[in-house]
Amino acid sequence: MKRNLWMNLMMAVLVAGLFMTVSCAKKTMVTEPTTIEDQAAEDANAAEAAKAAKVAAEAEKLKQQEIQEQMLQEKMARKAAAKKRFINQNIHFEYDSAKLSSMAKMLIREKAGWLKANTGVSVIIEGHCDERGTTVYNLALGERRAGAVKNYLVDLGVSDARLQMVSFGEEKPLDPAKTEAAYRKNRRAQFVLK
Amino acid sequence: MTLFFKQMAMALLIMLMGIPAAFSKDYDYININDPLLNKTPVAVTRFKVFNGHKEEVRDGARAEQILKDALDFTGYLKVMNPAAFLAEPAESGIQLGQINFRDWTGIGTELLVTGGIEESLGQVTLKLRLFDTYNTRLLVGRIYTGKRSQVRKMIHRFCSEIALKLTGNRGVFGSKIAFVSTVNGHKEIFVCDFDGHDPKRITRHNTISLSPDWSFDRNWLAYVSFVKGKADVYIKHIKENRGAIVNYEGMNIGPDWMPDSLKLAATLSFSGNQEIYLLTKKGEIIKRITRSWGSNVSPRFSPDGKQMAFTSSRSGNPQIYLKDLETNKVSRVTFNGQYNTSPAWSPDGRRLAYVGIEKNKINIFVINVNQGQGRPIPLTAGQGDNEDPSWSPDGNLIVFKSTREGGRAKLYVMTAAGTDQRRLLSMKGEQSQPDWSSSAKME
Repeated sequence: MKRNLWMNLMMAVLVAGLFMTVSCAKKTMVTEPTTIEDQAAEDANAAEAAKAAKVAAEAEKLKQQEIQEQMLQEKMARKAAAKKRFINQNIHFEYDSAKLSSMAKMLIREKAGWLKANTGVSVIIEGHCDERGTTVYNLALGERRAGAVKNYLVDLGVSDARLQMVSFGEEKPLDPAKTEAAYRKNRRAQFVLK
Repeated sequence: MTLFFKQMAMALLIMLMGIPAAFSKDYDYININDPLLNKTPVAVTRFKVFNGHKEEVRDGARAEQILKDALDFTGYLKVMNPAAFLAEPAESGIQLGQINFRDWTGIGTELLVTGGIEESLGQVTLKLRLFDTYNTRLLVGRIYTGKRSQVRKMIHRFCSEIALKLTGNRGVFGSKIAFVSTVNGHKEIFVCDFDGHDPKRITRHNTISLSPDWSFDRNWLAYVSFVKGKADVYIKHIKENRGAIVNYEGMNIGPDWMPDSLKLAATLSFSGNQEIYLLTKKGEIIKRITRSWGSNVSPRFSPDGKQMAFTSSRSGNPQIYLKDLETNKVSRVTFNGQYNTSPAWSPDGRRLAYVGIEKNKINIFVINVNQGQGRPIPLTAGQGDNEDPSWSPDGNLIVFKSTREGGRAKLYVMTAAGTDQRRLLSMKGEQSQPDWSSSAKME
């Protein structure tokens, strides 16, 4: 009887082992297609990633373009601003004087820089006076003011041929008021593009 | 017009024959030392009307007013208020034998002017007489005939005779004034009569035009204009379509004709310096007159043509200098203040009027020259900016620009002593830079 029991036990173990083997084998078989499926997903992922990367690159390119455009715009704006400043920033003088102050010289150096950066441009330097004093003397004074600015520009290396002068004396005040502030504004050399 | 002259010549001839020829200038009617401060009183009577119709009465009143205004304008005559008159020559007679001079010496008048008007078929005859009331003499008697529209001209011719009799020159009545006026934001050259009457526009450049200057014969105007975008000198015949442009490189400004020939001086800057040159009336350079650092502007030939006054900044600020054109010697005229410009010669060549800035105020001064350095005497003060003096051809008046009324530039006249400052003309816009012509012979 004892031996029967042992035999049964052995059988049970064997069967169990058999079952185990079967389950193991079955598992391997199932795993294999899974692996294949994983590979396809990876490919898809890669494609998707590539696509995304492409989109990103495109976006980046666009962004770069935008930045570049913006920079160009900014550059143009800066250029326009520089041009505007060149035209609008007048050189001012003391009463009955054609002498260049240090401020005037600084502004003229800036204008020389602009003229050198814009070699195709020729300008007219207008000399103006405030209304005090007499018509004829002010015409002469206005010309001396324009001449002082022109000479300094030439000293700074701007070609004489690009610089024309005209004096309007007291005939074209920017501010017709009879105040010190208006007189200061009106005593000027002004740049006009040809 | 020719007929008018013929008629007038005839009338003059008739009158001259009827007047005693004892008009040698043996008596000073005008106090030559101070004629402008002690004016000579003159009574102008109502005009006698010969036919008495409405037009004649109206033109007579108009002629009387023109006569009074013209005599008042001289600066050395004071037209009396008729309210003081004791007699009425328009009723009692305007001729020598019909005037009781005690009526006139009694009210203190030294001179008496009577007038008569006869008008028919649009022709006006004016009979005009100037009497010396204290010496009971007829000084000038003239008859003029012309159209109704020529009444003003006839009266001024008579005034010119009065001036000749009283002062030895024909006065201002045949002279004109050129000036600058704004028009629609531009500046144009205008010309008006000596008294501001009848301003006429001369230029239509539609830009800035400045500094008109009469030639001695009154046929040419030189002026500055920006027609080509910069200041150039334009030389223009006043009646004919002739002229020239002085447009050297740089600036061409401040023309001044010589007193006896058709040459002119102007400041040209083509050399890089602002120097004064002598030019032909075509603008060709005859010679350079100044040679110095700084601005050399506003040349003004002396009446005898031997000297030139001008403004130069050679000392650092603008001052007036004299250059002897024979010896080339230059002397400085102004020493007061930091700013003296725009010299203008008195016709006798003894004085210069000019513009000076003192204490931030711009005024007109006068200074003796050629007889030892004088002290500058202010002619204007305390009334706006005063600039651009120009003398009348008889030397009794100065026309100038002032901003005294409302800050806008207008033309004014004063006597050479600075008295009787009054508006020359009422015009739209702003006026400046008057230049008084020589007196035409009113033949």
